[in-house]
Amino acid sequence: MARLTLWRWGALGLAGVYFLVPLAASVVFTVDVPGQGVTFDAYTQLLSADGFGSSLLLSLELALATIAVVLLLTVPATVALRLGAARLRPVVEVVCSLPLVVPPIAFVAGIVTVLKWGPDHLSRTPLFQTFVAIQNPDFPVVLVLAYVVLALPFVYRALDAGLAAIDVRTLVEAARSCGASWPQALVRAVLPNLRGALLNASFLTLALVLGEFTVARLLGFQPFAVWIYSVSGANAQLSVAVSVLSLLVTWLLLLALAGVGGRSRTTASRG
Amino acid sequence: MTATLPRAGTATAAEVRRRRRAPGWLAVVPLLAFTAIAFGLPALAMLNGAFSVKDPATGASSYSTANLTDSLQGAYLTALLGSIKLSAVSAALGALLGLPLAHAVVTSRSRALREGVLTASGVLANFGGVPLAFAFVATLGNAGVLTQHLGLKDKGWDLYSFWGLVIVYLYFLIPLMVLTITPALEGLRVQWREAAQNNGATGVQYWLHVALPVLTPTLLGGFVLLFGSAFAAYATAAAMVGSSVPLITLQIADALSGNVLVGQENVALALSFDMVLVAALVMAVYLPLQRRSARWLA
Repeated sequence: MARLTLWRWGALGLAGVYFLVPLAASVVFTVDVPGQGVTFDAYTQLLSADGFGSSLLLSLELALATIAVVLLLTVPATVALRLGAARLRPVVEVVCSLPLVVPPIAFVAGIVTVLKWGPDHLSRTPLFQTFVAIQNPDFPVVLVLAYVVLALPFVYRALDAGLAAIDVRTLVEAARSCGASWPQALVRAVLPNLRGALLNASFLTLALVLGEFTVARLLGFQPFAVWIYSVSGANAQLSVAVSVLSLLVTWLLLLALAGVGGRSRTTASRG
Repeated sequence: MTATLPRAGTATAAEVRRRRRAPGWLAVVPLLAFTAIAFGLPALAMLNGAFSVKDPATGASSYSTANLTDSLQGAYLTALLGSIKLSAVSAALGALLGLPLAHAVVTSRSRALREGVLTASGVLANFGGVPLAFAFVATLGNAGVLTQHLGLKDKGWDLYSFWGLVIVYLYFLIPLMVLTITPALEGLRVQWREAAQNNGATGVQYWLHVALPVLTPTLLGGFVLLFGSAFAAYATAAAMVGSSVPLITLQIADALSGNVLVGQENVALALSFDMVLVAALVMAVYLPLQRRSARWLA
């Protein structure tokens, strides 16, 4: 037994070193600049850095829009699957899992091709204006569309796990026989019971959008992750400082999620 | 409100059923319509582009497998094989290192340790992309803290290489493995071990003949999941190595941004199609394994 304990602490210790050293070293890297000694310049420069505020704001706006759209699409659908449309369940399950089979880089290759149809084939049709509008750099709707697709598998699983834990049919029927309309039954009876799953899904989507790089970069937009990348060439300390901070923020979000949703739901949403 | 309630007595059964079913269909339609447009269109465009060739002289396009053949030759083939090798090596290491870590956590009697490690794994498994790359550049890069203090550069260390990428990828692959394998390890009953001991089995025999056969589907499933995750990763590699390690994701990005010959866009789509095939294969292997391992956890 003693040998087992020793072995266990060895494994945990090695893992601790591997996972903590890069974080500690990153902090050291940002404050201990060669030739300048210990300085906090990287962190004080941050707020005044060109593009920091605008890219962070863009990422947050994209995240909020994505969360709103993905929940509006999936919540009614998953609730309906539990009520009357059970036959559609396999279809929805497959549709929501398909994005897992297409890696983001392959997905964005498809999006680039579709967006090229705009100038190539549709320039004389009203659709062309739509193509221009969704690529507005101030708020690229096309990114929201892409992020909703990327978030679908996780959101669907989180909601499905949440709905499995409650008796939707009884809740809705009780609300309906008390005179509630369909929307009222959904909003005031089902959704409050789904609070954990909704928060879980929102946090996962938020983390996904804040860290997303592939789609945004290849479509030529500059939300937060792309900005960190673009600033790294000129100021390595600054980019590492932002990385450390964005890590901490993401971790706090996900830890909050773990606290709210409980461990079982966090693991169920992955898998 | 009042109009719908008291009619229950007079409504026919068919009417009631219709009233109940209508919202069901209506609520699912937006989701399906959205995925058809936002996911279906790009996917079809990719398929179409991967199989069509434009004649430079006439501008007419025709269907052929030329792009796919191109995507499996020369630099593209090297990149595809490089991606597969990197994913296979890092997934195998991730699975091998994740198993003892998960075992150490599961057998630990400290509840706080278990919860802590599992929560941290959930966080770290989601942690990829640009910040991860920069954290490692600051640690083990050319000007990194450890590289400087330990003089690693003179010993031939280079983060921007195959093994450098493996070390970085393990940072999110090991936690993913811990999350995947923990439920299976928790499913190993104490009674099985006791039964083996009563029959005179040693610890090694117990692992070889009882525990590992039960865990094999989960281990393989975990490996496949890790492989898929590493195979699809782009941001970390792009932010770290540029193009010094040939990877299919980097090739697709280069071809899309027009960094190579003009007219290679369709080869990028063919490469994407190759990736989808590999990812589909991964899922086709993973899902049955997951179902098989679920049998022991019930």
